[in-house]
Amino acid sequence: MKLFKRLVPWILLAFAFFILPAMANSELFGFSQFRLNLFGRYFSLAFVALGVDLIWGYTGLLSLGQGIFFSLGGYAIAMHLLLVTKNDFTTGANGLPKFFENYGVDNLPFFWEPFWSFPVSIIAVFIVPSVIAGFVGYLIFRNRIKGVYFSIITQASLMVFYHFFNGQQKLVNGTNGLKTSTTEIFGLVAGSDEAQVLFFRITLILLPFAYLLCKYLTSGRFGDSLVAIRDDEPRLRFSGFNPTPFKVIVFVVAGGLAGISGALYTVQSGIVSPQFMSISMSIEMVIWVAVGGRGTLVGPIIGAVLVNYLRSLVSEALPEAWLFVQGALFVFVVVLMPDGIYGWFTKGGFTSMLAAFGIAKKTATYPKLDFDESVQEESFKV
Amino acid sequence: MDLIFSQLLDGLSIGAVLLLAATGLAIVFGLMGVINLAHGEFMMIGAYVTFVVQNIFRPLGGFAFESYYIIALIASFLVTAIFGVVLEKTLIRRLYGRPLETLLATWGISLILIQFVRSVSLAMVIGIAVTALLGWALQKFLPLPLKQASFASYLKGVLWTVAGIVGLIVISTTASIGRFFSNPWFGPRNLDVTPPKWLQGTWGSIAGIELPGIRIFIIILSALLIAAVVWFLTKSVWGVRIRAVTQNREMSNCLGIPTDSVDSITFGIGSGLAGVAGCAITLLGSVGPNLGGSYIVSCFMVIVLGGVGNLLGTIIASMMLGIIQSIIGSGSLLIAFPDMPNSLRSVVEFFATTSMSYVLVFIFIIAFLQFKPTGMFPQKGRSVEA
Repeated sequence: MKLFKRLVPWILLAFAFFILPAMANSELFGFSQFRLNLFGRYFSLAFVALGVDLIWGYTGLLSLGQGIFFSLGGYAIAMHLLLVTKNDFTTGANGLPKFFENYGVDNLPFFWEPFWSFPVSIIAVFIVPSVIAGFVGYLIFRNRIKGVYFSIITQASLMVFYHFFNGQQKLVNGTNGLKTSTTEIFGLVAGSDEAQVLFFRITLILLPFAYLLCKYLTSGRFGDSLVAIRDDEPRLRFSGFNPTPFKVIVFVVAGGLAGISGALYTVQSGIVSPQFMSISMSIEMVIWVAVGGRGTLVGPIIGAVLVNYLRSLVSEALPEAWLFVQGALFVFVVVLMPDGIYGWFTKGGFTSMLAAFGIAKKTATYPKLDFDESVQEESFKV
Repeated sequence: MDLIFSQLLDGLSIGAVLLLAATGLAIVFGLMGVINLAHGEFMMIGAYVTFVVQNIFRPLGGFAFESYYIIALIASFLVTAIFGVVLEKTLIRRLYGRPLETLLATWGISLILIQFVRSVSLAMVIGIAVTALLGWALQKFLPLPLKQASFASYLKGVLWTVAGIVGLIVISTTASIGRFFSNPWFGPRNLDVTPPKWLQGTWGSIAGIELPGIRIFIIILSALLIAAVVWFLTKSVWGVRIRAVTQNREMSNCLGIPTDSVDSITFGIGSGLAGVAGCAITLLGSVGPNLGGSYIVSCFMVIVLGGVGNLLGTIIASMMLGIIQSIIGSGSLLIAFPDMPNSLRSVVEFFATTSMSYVLVFIFIIAFLQFKPTGMFPQKGRSVEA
């Protein structure tokens, strides 16, 4: 049974990797290429959710600025694709990406130059967001800014980047963003079905690595320190630890994951635009984690896929209702289900519900919490 | 120089609106440590209340229409204050001591409010009323053994779900009756509020520079309201209680101050101020469901920059933000000083759009916090968390 439990995620992964593309190809059960592409997007969003879980679920820092790193990753890959592709849709008369023509730009802006090279671009996808996360994180954590202040500052940083990318038409095409669907990669048009299946599979191959990285970070001493920062930072500091490097490292990792996520999402959605840096997008990332189960590593993946799938379903059926559903989801999860779906099952929520209906046996602690004196004293101290 | 002065006036009036909104946010934040992300949507509600009041008064014409704005101010304060109190009593109270969760929950509320304003119609109001009544009645007339059963809380959820589904059915059936029921009241479009005649035009001039009535009115309005807030906080009984709870919640509770009521009242006042700010915004531009989002981040910045729980800091910070944004963003520096050196000129040009002025201001604030992490006027006192 235990072995079976361990195998379940891998079976699901193999199913998604081999069967889903085949199903999409033969249109089995109404599953189409379009759906496959959507699922590819959801899985790519799971990366950023893992990052959010690291900083929020484990370290207790609610970052509302993950959209910065997400879009930077997206812009990095989009810039590379736009540069190397030479076809009528993307290349203008002067050999540069077409949108430069609209603003009369003849010389490539200097920061586009490194993106001619494929390896550099791939590295930039996670290095650029990580470096910026490190810089921003160091500035914030050095001053012991935390709690709600941290959230506000990260949101303000998000707005800085949003307005910058929005306002710079001559550098990054402003509001319109960069379109990648007509570009070519590995000899395929990025918007074609073959390329999308490829991206889908790349996403699924990378996902376990991201998961294992997070698993490695959260187990052991480093992970314990993160949880200690979340639960009682002053105490950690009094016992001789400096929490700043821990926070910066975890913020950097989360930024890198967000960058990879953004790149994968961009090639699958066909566009990267400053909308990825809108306030709502970054807060949504948090709610995926909350729905799935924060403080667990399976939770964010479940949450990202589930919430976004729900989003597609609701928006297709009744576009106006999605904001209501989303808002209700925020309130519901925060008030009634703080552990999320996965946490609800693993932390005894499900069994206590069954017990309430008399289906399962009640689990009791001994001595009972209500009468144990030491427990009562503890609660008074807090 | 005229241009700079008029931009200064613009900046002051935008700063005044920010001040109203940020004061409400700051009082609540200082008292409960809670960030209300729905604050911007309360501004939006205030603006829509103004629109409704205007439409009610328009057919009356004459003097009644001229004075509608005063009534709109009061109405927007009251309506948003009620919204705030309800929100506090139903939701915020359950999340006490969990500021980050509160932030997420209020964001959920703000999404619901935005979509509500976009799609509210008679059918929807009827449906919501049916849901609320049915849900309440089902809980009320539940047999006692069921109420005390171990699964009562789950049953409650099921009953509310049933009520919600019935409400949805009611909405879809009433909406299918006719356009009278299904027509959205406001819709997603932007709406315009016409300022009354006495606000349009100019109110005299100083040294040859005309004073636009709307801008002056907003500045005076916000000054008066802030004075009222200061009076309320320092002189009235409830104000003193609010300050006591802000300083030390446990001690105040021990001394018999009803902290629950203090929370509700504070939240109500904070939301009400947001409503008035929304009412003032209608004079500056059109009203849309997304109005709140564009102001909320600036409000946070004002609080962070000014320091929590300090009105003077809030005032200075909001005025600075408003003025810097309007003077740099409008590019009037380029016109006022045509012969500045080229290097400086290119820098000023780079930031001379609304977007880029935001970038400049926010970078400035983040840099400022490196030197004073707790804002210009930090709260005094000792605590581990500081």
